[in-house]
Amino acid sequence: MDVLMLSRLQFAVATMFHFLFVPLTLGLSILTAIYETMYVKTGDEDYKRAAKFWGKLFLINFALGVVTGITLEFQFGTNWSSYSKYVGDIFGSLLAIEATLAFYLESTFIGVWIFTWNKVKPKTHALFIWLVAIASNISALWILIANGWMQHPVGYTMRNGRAELVDFWAVITNKFAVLEFMHTVSGAYILAGFFVMGVCGYHLLRKNEVQFFKKSFNVAVTFALVFALFEAFNGHLHGAEVAETQPAKLAAMESHWETASSVPMYLLQIPDPANERNSVQAIPIPGMLSMLAHHDPSATVKGLKDFPASERPPVTLTFWSFRLMVGLGFLFILIAGLGWLKRNDIENQAGLLKLFIYAIPLPYLALELGWAVAEVGRQPWIVYGLMKTADAVSILDVSQVAISLTAFVVFYSILGLIDFYLLSKYARKGPVH
Amino acid sequence: MLETIWFILWGVLWAVYFMLDGFDLGLGTLLPVLSKNETDRRIIYNSMGPFWDGNEVWLITAGGATFAAFPVAYAVMFNGLYSALLLLLFALIIRGVCFEFRNKIDSDGWRGLWDAAMVIGSFLPALLLGVAFANIFEGLPIDQDGVFQGGLFTLLNPYGLAGGVLFVLLFLVHGSLWLALKSEGALQQRAGAMAKKLWPVLLVVAVLFLAFTLVATDLFNNYFKMPVLWILPLIAVLALLGTFVFIRQAAWLKAWLSSAVTILFVTFFGVAGLFPRLLPSSLNPAYSITIQNGAASQLTLKIMLVVALIMVPIVIAYQLWVYLFLGNKVTEKDLAYEEAY
Ligand code: HDD
Ligand code: HEM
Ligand code: HEM
Repeated sequence: MDVLMLSRLQFAVATMFHFLFVPLTLGLSILTAIYETMYVKTGDEDYKRAAKFWGKLFLINFALGVVTGITLEFQFGTNWSSYSKYVGDIFGSLLAIEATLAFYLESTFIGVWIFTWNKVKPKTHALFIWLVAIASNISALWILIANGWMQHPVGYTMRNGRAELVDFWAVITNKFAVLEFMHTVSGAYILAGFFVMGVCGYHLLRKNEVQFFKKSFNVAVTFALVFALFEAFNGHLHGAEVAETQPAKLAAMESHWETASSVPMYLLQIPDPANERNSVQAIPIPGMLSMLAHHDPSATVKGLKDFPASERPPVTLTFWSFRLMVGLGFLFILIAGLGWLKRNDIENQAGLLKLFIYAIPLPYLALELGWAVAEVGRQPWIVYGLMKTADAVSILDVSQVAISLTAFVVFYSILGLIDFYLLSKYARKGPVH
Repeated sequence: MLETIWFILWGVLWAVYFMLDGFDLGLGTLLPVLSKNETDRRIIYNSMGPFWDGNEVWLITAGGATFAAFPVAYAVMFNGLYSALLLLLFALIIRGVCFEFRNKIDSDGWRGLWDAAMVIGSFLPALLLGVAFANIFEGLPIDQDGVFQGGLFTLLNPYGLAGGVLFVLLFLVHGSLWLALKSEGALQQRAGAMAKKLWPVLLVVAVLFLAFTLVATDLFNNYFKMPVLWILPLIAVLALLGTFVFIRQAAWLKAWLSSAVTILFVTFFGVAGLFPRLLPSSLNPAYSITIQNGAASQLTLKIMLVVALIMVPIVIAYQLWVYLFLGNKVTEKDLAYEEAY
């Protein structure tokens, strides 16, 4: 393996690992803040205990979110230094703004929130967790503006051998980035909702603290359902934007080979990239792909064969990731919908409660798959249409990257296992009296 | 002009990072030496508890500002110092998780493991940051394409190591003083005595480092050209002497502040000597990355400046508030608090 492949692998490992923790931070901070606010509003001690209980799980997760985030910031320089030189003028400033606007706020007030339960009025204390929740979501906004720019670069000009900023407003209002933000954070909210639903399921099955967990559950299931519905809707808008800005990615997502009009969508389909076709293709919905991509059932959709082989993303991975993500998206609507309908009698729905426990990993899977669609589907470009991934890499020895990649895998596996163990230990333990 | 402002801000961000995280890193390193029992150890953890994460963000911002304002310098520095930076990263990762993990399983072996991790995760960053900055002062073997012609061991030259030792000592004194400020009784006395014992060593190393700097680097050129700059090292020296005076009076807050000023001005001293270079090349001065050939476009610098001028004072204001609000001593009573580390 060469430095390029190793660096890609290392980047994938580091980001996907970071993103195991990020979504729970984004969503659970809001849920914790909601519970604490309900405590302030109603004076119900159960909500205070809820804020403490979910807050503790939030913190165990948060620790790894923070330490794995630093890796990513370093990596642009260490492994992608050509990239950093080429687009740093735009990309670097977005990262720096993220840190000044969001990370300070988040990291400072998380410490204050932990240490001031007995020191300030409940209202003030609730404000601290809201600051943390808002700051983490602001950080998501800025990093996704940065990623959105790599997906669909705008507001720049080529000067001095690099991309230079000419229109900051265009960069921060990039439609692609806005869609990415909405889609990613709603995914994170679904995940947090399912996490809370699953832990509640575990305790309700055992008739532990039934009142307490029902209260937590009701908020979480509503939260999850709202965002699961929103996710499918904005995901569709996102797909239409991809069709417009990255037609090769769209073709790979659907494994669509021949340019044609009135393209159907096949519910059953298996790509066969070696022969540039699909080995299985059945149950068509007429005009559906044209409709989804261009809001017109007779529209023309470009096929993969219209792109030179060197500019096509890996089809199999992109296709299956996309299919699975969308499938899971509809499953989430179903599960959250069922939970919501039965919410008043949820403690007696043993089957559903079990389902919630087993459903905890699914939103994690959906989010990782989503990133695979977005990032693998963008290949061979690192900045779409502007810079190829192969030209972005640093000048390093293979041994340097091989060692660091191995260290990441070993190290992250250990930390991940410990964190997972602690999360499940404290989740099972239940709230303090 | 904008480039110069950003160069100054760049120096300030690093200096503030060293000043703030410096005490966490120093105190973490001294954990086994200063503590006699589990209560001591928990007091030490909780004395850093609410602050370390906010402190570390100064590092993220210093890195981010380098990326934004001087993308070329960021690319060359991070690529060139690959192995050293990844080592630093792993150390900071261990240090960060210690707080959350350590007290979550009730076993001495488990806690001992994370205490050891805390020591390594605090000592290594202190050393590596010193080594890295001394190497930058001295010049890195960067060729005309900005490619670093060396490895991890290139950095471990005598001057680089001297920088590492200096940083470690600065942070150790700074950390002991923080604990003296935040604790009471026997623990406080041990912390104060430690600072008193380390201070003369620090003084000797600092003097040697200064002399070595004269020989190994050209940092002093700027000082001869612009004598007003001498005020920077002068303040550093006065603050260092002041630290000792306050230690003797057991005036811990003043001593800690003095030590903070020392760290700030030691950093300013080096950065002012670098100007206008961010990364001097030891192969040929013409290959150096400077504020001219390393900077971002004017528009980016301008936008970033507006963000910095608005946000940095706000950040300083709320962080200062947190330090004042949670600045009281950590006592055994605080350890009974359910959320304590
Ligand atoms: C959609 C959200 C999202 C995405 C795509 C990323 N991050 Fe992240 N990041 C967060 C959302 C987030 C967060 C929720 O705000 C975290 C997680 C835990 C935390 O403390 O903040 C965070 C933490 C975090 C930290 C530590 C901050 C601290 O100490 O408080 C850094 C330096 C980064 N991230 C940097 C990055 C970089 C360079 C990324 C791109 C490659 C990236 N993150 C992807
Ligand atoms: C956190 C969620 C993210 C995940 C899970 C993710 C996933 C991935 C994966 C799997 C790759 C490897 C693709 C391949 O090699 O085929 C990759 C590459 C990359 N992504 Fe992302 N990504 C995420 C967010 C981001 C963000 C927010 C940015 C920019 C700010 C970004 C920038 C990059 C870069 C620079 C590469 C390396 C070049 C490459 O191999 O394509 N990613 N990412
Ligand atoms: C229900 C139907 C869904 C549709 C139609 C849909 C659509 C899309 C599309 C078109 C992309 C690619 C965007 C790009 O290339 O940048 C994408 C990416 C992504 N999806 Fe989905 N999605 C759905 C459900 C979900 C669910 C349920 C989750 C997670 C809980 C999820 C998480 C993600 C993530 C994290 C990304 C990458 C970031 C981004 O580009 O926004 N998606 N989705």
